[in-house]
Amino acid sequence: MQVELRDIHKLFGTLQANAGISLSLPAGSLFGVLGENGAGKSTLLKILSGFQRADRGEILLDGQPARIRSPADGIRLGIGMLHQDPLDFPPMTCLENFLVGRPGPLIPSLREAAKQLLALAGELEFRVEPGAFVDTLTVGERQQLEILRLLGLGAQLLILDEPTTGISTAQRDELFRALRRLVLRGRSVVLVTHKLADVQQLCSRVAVLRKGQLAGEVDMPCDSGRLVELMFGKALRSPARQSVRGAKPELELDDLGIVSRGQRIDGIQLAVNEGEIIGLAGVEGSGQNELLRTCAGILRSAAGRITIGGRDMTGRSHRHFLQSGVAYLPAARLEAALIRGFTVSAHFALAGEARGMVVDWDGAARTAAKRIADFDISARPESLVEELSGGNQQRLLLSLLDAEARVLLLEQPTRGLDVESAAFIWEKLRERCGRGACLFFASSDLDELLQYSDRILVFSGGRVSAPLDAASASVEDLGRRIGGRNS
Amino acid sequence: MKSRTDRTEGFGTGVLMRIGAFGLALVCVSVVLLLAGVAPLDAFREIMGGAVGSWSDVGYVLRAWVPLLLAAVGLVVTFAAGLWNIGIEGQIMMGAVFATGAFRVMESQTLPPVMAVLLCVVAGIVGGVLWGALVGVLKTFGGVHEIFGGLGLNFVASALTLWLIFGPWKRPGVGSMSGTMPFPEQLWMSELVGMHVSPWALVLGLAGVLLVHLLLKNTHLGLRLKAVGANACAASRFGIPVSRQIMLAFMLCGALAGAAGALQVAAVYHRLIPSISSGYGYLGLLVAILAGYRALWCLPIALFFAAINVGSIQLPIVLQVDSSLGGVLQGLLVLFILMADGARRRWWAGRAA
Repeated sequence: MQVELRDIHKLFGTLQANAGISLSLPAGSLFGVLGENGAGKSTLLKILSGFQRADRGEILLDGQPARIRSPADGIRLGIGMLHQDPLDFPPMTCLENFLVGRPGPLIPSLREAAKQLLALAGELEFRVEPGAFVDTLTVGERQQLEILRLLGLGAQLLILDEPTTGISTAQRDELFRALRRLVLRGRSVVLVTHKLADVQQLCSRVAVLRKGQLAGEVDMPCDSGRLVELMFGKALRSPARQSVRGAKPELELDDLGIVSRGQRIDGIQLAVNEGEIIGLAGVEGSGQNELLRTCAGILRSAAGRITIGGRDMTGRSHRHFLQSGVAYLPAARLEAALIRGFTVSAHFALAGEARGMVVDWDGAARTAAKRIADFDISARPESLVEELSGGNQQRLLLSLLDAEARVLLLEQPTRGLDVESAAFIWEKLRERCGRGACLFFASSDLDELLQYSDRILVFSGGRVSAPLDAASASVEDLGRRIGGRNS
Repeated sequence: MKSRTDRTEGFGTGVLMRIGAFGLALVCVSVVLLLAGVAPLDAFREIMGGAVGSWSDVGYVLRAWVPLLLAAVGLVVTFAAGLWNIGIEGQIMMGAVFATGAFRVMESQTLPPVMAVLLCVVAGIVGGVLWGALVGVLKTFGGVHEIFGGLGLNFVASALTLWLIFGPWKRPGVGSMSGTMPFPEQLWMSELVGMHVSPWALVLGLAGVLLVHLLLKNTHLGLRLKAVGANACAASRFGIPVSRQIMLAFMLCGALAGAAGALQVAAVYHRLIPSISSGYGYLGLLVAILAGYRALWCLPIALFFAAINVGSIQLPIVLQVDSSLGGVLQGLLVLFILMADGARRRWWAGRAA
């Protein structure tokens, strides 16, 4: 099936996920869609498969305009999508999962279906046990089952969204072999990924997306340098910053092990000194947030020790971490950090020290007014936090941080902010580093990582790199490492 | 703190829609009445007459108002913390059981009656707190959702009440559905002249409302409870121990429910009867929801519900309609008003978009 996407637009709130993408997918090809997190890859292909609707734009299948308004429409037209997190039914058996969504009589013939499932599996050399319950399977096996289900429903075009995340190397090889076989039989495959190695091994042509737009298309083989450049763009390096790194260690991770999406990441070894800024690079969901949450005591470490200000904090609760000077700012501001329905003043009342039983509302309002001025927040003390813009919410969160906090842990501190707000946030953060706080932040913005970090840890493929010196690293180098290429 | 709805949406339309919802509920009940072959206006007149026809009727309404009020404001506390305390029925029953136990001890003591009754009410509060705490423990330590834990404990409390009435606390001779032996009259709570309502119960009910109102409006505890209810995840980022707030909310609600149960024993029945809670817990849920989870609004709404409850007692006698019609009216009222709120929100969302 030949697919053409024309001028696809999709807006999420203020985020332009797809800004006029046009793409042509030739029939019978192994096509790659490459891009970093948030580039708009998943959105684009969810639109093609009917999980989301475009605000504007057109889809043509074999030259005919197609209306794909739901996944059911998609599969009827022969488009099946394998999602990053398997959309299956764990409490049911493989056979039952295979039958879901299938047109047919009220009482399906289980024997026929089992025969078909096994035949399809045999073609692709997948091993499936029809009676096994899905919750006993590995992610890789669930993926195989889902592929078989989509093929069983008659998918001619198979879209795979980040299929190599969370599966073993052997399963990855198995998957790639099966995909090549499918293409030989005339089916089309679209592989959505952030990993250079995936597209280099498998695809014949690759489209690279960046910030919701098509950055370019290349025929494979193509060298990593060109792909990285398309993915991240040519960056203008800002002048090197003045490090205020001191000598006293503030946060020490000793052979720390964390769990991210069921995978262990072990052997994290790091001592962060006062005033130091450590950047965490990698595609989102590679373990950066888990590391931050482990350092905040929200997640238990799987191994190793965490020391804060010389005190062993391993196994203590989140509250103990907060009390010993840790502050954590999650990326989901309104979901995990601020309280919807509460005013700015109420947040200060909550964050401040409780003296006596009765809330000092006047005091809270005074504090709020003062911080609003200090942090240049466009809000009044009596504004509800959900009425604030993202940038102002982030400023508010920053102003709520305990002045005594020595270890600041931040997820995506400037996500969704305009340049001015981002610069302001960093000015305030660096002020705190100047006063001796150390800072750990995860970001998907390579420029931000290189500009502000002293050292950078790269998360990729279930591993964490040794700390890189930010001053001597380049965007290309970092991009390569995120893409799983160390050379 | 003002709620979002007050601020961004027209208050006037809200009131109008609520009046409309009230009208619709009356229309629906009228249809039910017509099907039963009764003139709706007669029925409504009987309910009103039964509730406010005489000072004695008003006394009965106030007597029902107090426990309903205590249950409703107790639920305002748990709702503030984002919890569905279905277990409130059981907490009322355990309040009654503990109070009865205390009364049985007091019968053989020579304490001044005022002291004795006071101690019995305190015992009831303790019973409610314990039963509420149990729901909290099940939730925070056992991972049992409070709706299931509460529902289960309601059945346990109900069975325990029956067992006590027909077992250890049965009347001399044989146990009876009419309950345990009434306490001696000097242990009954005093009543207002000509009205079967205790002034002390009224004071306790109003104190409960005031307590919850001030707690949620002005105290750190109230602020923390609301924070946990609005966003437990963010609340823990503020260093608030979430499980502790949940336990406190259940215990506070249990205390108010226990007081309601104790009053049912001390001021109304003067003994333990099988359905001692009179369904005030479940009815309290409706009151709290209708009041928009605000303590002061529980005052008029609980009064209105109590009036319907008492007024509809007249129905079977005069019109041969079952008194559960009052319950139908209450239920429909809540449904229509919630629907009106939902419609209003949709309408505003549509306008904003």
